[in-house]
Amino acid sequence: MPEWAAAPAAWLILIPLLWATLAFLFGPRWGGRFALFGITVQSLCAMQLVAALDSGVTQVLPVGGWSAPLGIELHVDGLAALMLLLTQVVALPLMLYTRAWLGAADRAAGYVWPLCGFMLAALHALFLAADLFNVYVALELLGLCAVALVAGDGKPQQLRAALHYLLVSLLAAAAYLLGVALFYAAYGTVSIATLVAVMDAQPPFAVVLAGTLMLVGLMAKTALFPFHFWLPPAHGSAPAPASALLSALVVKASFYVILRLRLTVFAEGDLTLDWLLAGCGGAAILYGSWRAFRCAELKMLIAYSTVAQLGYLFLIFPLLDTRELALAAAALQMVAHALAKAALFAAAGIVLVATGRDSVAALAALAGRLPVTWFAFGLAAVTLMGLPPSGGFLAKWLLIDAAVAGEYWLMVGLIISGGLLGAAYLFRILKRAFAPQASAAVLKPVPRIMEWMAFLLAAASVVIGIEATAIVEILGLVGST
Amino acid sequence: MNSAQALPLAVLASSLVPGLIIFALPQEQVMLRSLLNLAGAVVKLVLIVVMLFGVRAGATYGFNHEVIPGLELAFKMDALALLFVTLSAGLWLLTTVYAIGYLEGSPHRSRFFGFFSLCVTATIGIAMAANLFTFFVFYELLTLATYPLVVHRGTPAALRGGNIYLGYTLLGGALVLTGIISVRSLGGPIEFTPGGTLAHLGEGHAGQLRVAFVLLVAGIGVKAALVPLHGWLPHAMVAPAPVSALLHAVAVVKAGAFGIVRVVYEVFGVEFAQMLGVLQPLAWVAALTIIWGSLRALTQDELKRRLAFSTVSQVSYIILGVAMFGPAGTVGGLVHLVHQGIMKITLFFCAGNYAETLGVHKVSGMNGVGRRMPATSVAFSIAALGMMGAPLTAGAVSKHWLNMGADAAGLYWVPWVLFASSALNAAYFLPILYRAWLLRPPPAWPQEQIAAIGWRETAWLLLLPPLITGLATLGAGVFAGFEMSPLAWARLIAAREYMQVTP
Repeated sequence: MPEWAAAPAAWLILIPLLWATLAFLFGPRWGGRFALFGITVQSLCAMQLVAALDSGVTQVLPVGGWSAPLGIELHVDGLAALMLLLTQVVALPLMLYTRAWLGAADRAAGYVWPLCGFMLAALHALFLAADLFNVYVALELLGLCAVALVAGDGKPQQLRAALHYLLVSLLAAAAYLLGVALFYAAYGTVSIATLVAVMDAQPPFAVVLAGTLMLVGLMAKTALFPFHFWLPPAHGSAPAPASALLSALVVKASFYVILRLRLTVFAEGDLTLDWLLAGCGGAAILYGSWRAFRCAELKMLIAYSTVAQLGYLFLIFPLLDTRELALAAAALQMVAHALAKAALFAAAGIVLVATGRDSVAALAALAGRLPVTWFAFGLAAVTLMGLPPSGGFLAKWLLIDAAVAGEYWLMVGLIISGGLLGAAYLFRILKRAFAPQASAAVLKPVPRIMEWMAFLLAAASVVIGIEATAIVEILGLVGST
Repeated sequence: MNSAQALPLAVLASSLVPGLIIFALPQEQVMLRSLLNLAGAVVKLVLIVVMLFGVRAGATYGFNHEVIPGLELAFKMDALALLFVTLSAGLWLLTTVYAIGYLEGSPHRSRFFGFFSLCVTATIGIAMAANLFTFFVFYELLTLATYPLVVHRGTPAALRGGNIYLGYTLLGGALVLTGIISVRSLGGPIEFTPGGTLAHLGEGHAGQLRVAFVLLVAGIGVKAALVPLHGWLPHAMVAPAPVSALLHAVAVVKAGAFGIVRVVYEVFGVEFAQMLGVLQPLAWVAALTIIWGSLRALTQDELKRRLAFSTVSQVSYIILGVAMFGPAGTVGGLVHLVHQGIMKITLFFCAGNYAETLGVHKVSGMNGVGRRMPATSVAFSIAALGMMGAPLTAGAVSKHWLNMGADAAGLYWVPWVLFASSALNAAYFLPILYRAWLLRPPPAWPQEQIAAIGWRETAWLLLLPPLITGLATLGAGVFAGFEMSPLAWARLIAAREYMQVTP
């Protein structure tokens, strides 16, 4: 067996491709089982990857024994390992949830399992990509799977949202690809490691243009304000498990690429650009929170909350001087938001199954019933508001620390008021739990496993606020404060 | 882990673990739930008594947990923490007993008692916090844990009260966070240390330090109901009586007052705060709160609202004592932390008894309640007299030390404020006592739910807690000279806070 075949990184891409194909061949009845088994094995691979990773050290794997520039290389560092682990931790409960959800909704949706499999493979390939072109391939596959998941049951509003998403996704990918081509024309390589070595301090115009095109494409894919417009309809109307996967993982993938490129190829940075990104992030926090506050539909509210929460990630770019703090803050925010948002969409899906309605008002019918779902809502909300003790709080604390170190007081104020805005829209949900049991509306039974998976994800998002040393260690950051 | 680390952890766990289990219990498991609650409360008290003796002998208790490298949840059980923890744990036990009786047969009790336990856990965390980060974590946890209790009844009024409560406390939390950030940005450590840690920054940063002080005190002052940040307290009165007792005597308001004590003594250091010139304005705000609360209490006809404004006034005695520079004022403030708790919880227990037993909610409807419920009314009278500062009660001790402190600090206006407050207290409590004891009862009570059987004027679970705290009000006054009295503890703390400072 060649060396690369023993590497967990390679298997992380192969396994989901394998079970997605099997699920496609054997149909939905077997698809769920393949998925669960596959993700369990992937989790083991991810854990082995983390264990084998010396903190702070980057590993490069030549796939098929061919090293760059001829072959494909996989690149593993702390951030990639963390994202891979996070993907499994979010995906496994969500797949269990999806199985029960398909049963409860009596759907024959055979497309779900292959799509999820291909999507996970694309995510893994993206996190592990060592060159710009592989990132493009992964992004394209990811986008197509995501669009298909949004189209879901084929309801009119789902199709419309999916179509918008598809257009944005294609245009964004095209912009990115154009950028990659310009890079290749300028330097004759797309390997990130090689580019780092050959990048000029004063890059030629073509490279500046390339960087801009790639950035705009990635911003659109991440739904950063003002490119956020496609996200709320897409995540708001997709089937609940799909919304959970998309909000928790998929939008973070393109952010991951931005961050990865900013830390490597564009390590020089550009102050104006950094602040532009942070400004968009700040606007996203304010605008997303405001729209969430005004929303009547439950899932749309949660989707706007994603727009707002993604904003925090972009605040770190001007703070990268304090590298460790800002990176730890971004990583924690990604982890905390992924867990909490998956939990919220899962809980919203339960409301939909039980009441048949997707509105904040429908929650009142649940008051006093389904306590596990309520606690999932509550715990996830605490994380998103950034109140302690929770992962969201810890992320904001670190972010504030980094902002204070740079004496960016406006940003400190923005982060604190963002938390208050978060509380304002999330307590709209939570206070429904206390409505008196007026309505005798009959609830459809909800499989217990759905409730517990939502709860598990939410609880995890809170617990990492008390015990986050492991996350910082995986990142390879030591002594971050 | 040795016992010095295990004991504080166990104190936290003794309410956290039962709370989490209770959430999972079905509604019908009354026995098991009550047993868990009471067992947790008793265990907590026993642990605290062990530490009381330890700390008096000079032992230190505490433990740290690293959240991420460089950031710790740190806990310490020093004399000051113990003063607060003993009060909270003792009153929590009584309030739990009372709440079991009060909520008998009402819906959502698992949820109620679960959050009730979380609330006390947060309070204990605030008391034991050894740095500002830990303090903030539990300060916000307290907000989150009390909200479900405030809106427990789910009526529109309750939800509105909850909104107001959240609005105030979350904004307060944001102010505290900003204050912590400004302390840190000056390079100040955030550990609580007797004598303070910021003095070395000196005059150079005086302006920024003053801003940080104002932010911290205003943020924490929301919970302590300092005027003009007290608006939430009367609205939170929609909650059931045990919750009011909890808010006013055990947890929220007390946590605010306690937090200010920590900030003044162990972040800035009382000498340094005096040098910055921030104590005098704080004393003025406290004095304003004392008078304003009493004035507003005068005109309230609803008994619980009158008591709420009385709390606004009384809690600021603590702040006033802290803000007066000098050990005697400190003793007065700290001892009132305990005394006010005991007295105010008695009053709320009694108000709950009147409402539950007879359906009496308003002062104007209290004619003759003393004849129908003599034991409850005796407890109420003792506590009310204590609030006025009548001799032999705990209130007299507080007032005596506060006056001494004012004298020592040369604040000649303070005794006048205290005198005016006592007069106002008399003006709003004496008419109640007059009605209760001397006027004729109405032919029928508004809503008599619990019939009197011989000596038993109401359910035992409702009657015993106010009697015990009523007796404690007398005990803390009469036996103030004893070694383990609240006064003795307050003096011990004052001695430690002032002696460790290098001039």
